[in-house]
Amino acid sequence: MTVTPTEKAGRLTGRTTRRRAAEAVIRTLIYTAGLLSIVILLAIAVFLFVEARKSIAEVGLGTMLSGTQWFPTGTPRIFGFLPLIIGSLMVTGVALVVFVPVGIGAAVFISEFSAGWFKEVMKSVIEFMAAVPSVVYGFLGVAVLIPWVKATFGLTSGMTALTGGLVLGVMSLPTVISISEDALHAVPDALRQGSLALGNTRWQTIYKVVVPSASSGIFAGVMLGLGRAIGETMAVLMLTGNAAVIPTNVFESVRTMTGTIAAEMGEVVFGGLHYSVLFSVGLVLFGITFTINLAADLVLERQRKRWRR
Amino acid sequence: MVMSAALEEVTMEAPLRLVEPVRIGAASAEKVSGSFALKDVSVAYGNETVIAGVNMLVPSRAVTALIGPSGCGKSTLLRCLNRMNDEIGNVRVGGAVTLDGLDIYQKSVDPVDLRMRVGQVFQRPNPFPMSIYDNVAFGPRTQGVRKREELDAIIEAALRDAALWDEVKNHLKKHAFELSGGQQQRLCIARALATKPEVLLMDEPASALDPISTQQIEDTIAELKDMVTIVIVTHNMQQAARISDQTAFMLRESMDQPAHLVEVGETKRLFTNPDDKRTESYITGRFG
Repeated sequence: MTVTPTEKAGRLTGRTTRRRAAEAVIRTLIYTAGLLSIVILLAIAVFLFVEARKSIAEVGLGTMLSGTQWFPTGTPRIFGFLPLIIGSLMVTGVALVVFVPVGIGAAVFISEFSAGWFKEVMKSVIEFMAAVPSVVYGFLGVAVLIPWVKATFGLTSGMTALTGGLVLGVMSLPTVISISEDALHAVPDALRQGSLALGNTRWQTIYKVVVPSASSGIFAGVMLGLGRAIGETMAVLMLTGNAAVIPTNVFESVRTMTGTIAAEMGEVVFGGLHYSVLFSVGLVLFGITFTINLAADLVLERQRKRWRR
Repeated sequence: MVMSAALEEVTMEAPLRLVEPVRIGAASAEKVSGSFALKDVSVAYGNETVIAGVNMLVPSRAVTALIGPSGCGKSTLLRCLNRMNDEIGNVRVGGAVTLDGLDIYQKSVDPVDLRMRVGQVFQRPNPFPMSIYDNVAFGPRTQGVRKREELDAIIEAALRDAALWDEVKNHLKKHAFELSGGQQQRLCIARALATKPEVLLMDEPASALDPISTQQIEDTIAELKDMVTIVIVTHNMQQAARISDQTAFMLRESMDQPAHLVEVGETKRLFTNPDDKRTESYITGRFG
């Protein structure tokens, strides 16, 4: 069969046009998906701000942020966020102390010291840990940890910042472990070989070469774990005792920002001042997590530039 | 003891396949060290024996090249010499490998100590993600060198020996990844030299580099052989002919049988007048 030059050209151009159209459609879809996440984020911020407007106007953001007392239903009503902010930070701090060493240690163990079926089982177990609902962690804390903390430290109540923080630390572990493990796994084997060939032990190789090489990924894992811990609601609500007083140490009961919103939102007058104040709490929480993520991104970006990788 | 008996056997019988004596480097006045004797060395991955019956001497302060087609076990044999095969699970090394008369596979030898005496440079440059200075200082720091002046001196010496000093002396704080591929490989050589090894193993050190960088690496090797024993794996026969004093030709003739050493001898002789037909076929390019 002979094909004339015009037919050939026709086939070529026809195909090109169709392909271009398909490309354009796909590109538009991808752009839309990308933009959507930005739009949603902005919408959340705007929505929080709109609902919080009333409280900012009547109480004032400065007064709320610097207030040391939280009596939302007393007379007069006092809306000071400091007990809640400090409560959240304290619980998160305890969680950080738990999940940084344990999380990085577990990631190193899985990545560097286990292999084959055992490694796969370990990874599945970690993933399963993430799938357990937070209320179940709360139950576990109530049944096991509260009595243990009470008995061990000789306290009148086992519902403390420590209790909540320990459980939060465990809950954040899957995030920290899987992201750190990915980062360690991505370190080229050539670096391990290079270090071993220089007469380093396996352990020296890990802490002098492998972990530093994966540090940006590990850092990202820790930051995400931090975000998970500070935003967690149900478990802390069940475990920290929820006393809205500025704590002086981790053996005291605390109330977190998330716990406050969850506990009080059901009881407030819709559209009222207390309702609006809770949105201000949400706004502060949003600001804190946003800042943490932004800071993490900046650190990672700087490291990436320096390493040119 | 059983060990020492085995050792004597090695020293007695090791020159088996070494046809003529190989020139020992110019430094023969000082204590000559860094020579290997391989006696009936075999390597098995699990149940599969991949190398068998290797007998050869690696003379001190000279360059020994391992050549042969892909998959003939050159790199595996090389890794026997600093026990890097230990790091791969399920590998067994049989026979005896002695370094200056010491069986490196006996129980009392810690591979970590061995690797400070037997350095290695890899196929692809693998600098650590840190500064040029820290890369070279890595080994000495592991060995416990802490004093700044001492480290500075070691680093300058190692970089000079690796022919990199003039290019980087004003940029020691720069990140190693900013160097070119050839510079990175010379940095890796400097890093290996900084632990003051007696032997340097090189696994196709120039195969990932451009011709100019390859030339520089070869020049560096020529400079280094008065200081250290060098064992180099190479695919490039011209390279082996150019830089080595002794050449060993390995071959795996079929997948059913392990690779073995076909011939080992002085490079000039092996390339002009090989004993074995298979060596001749390989170096004339008939296979491989």
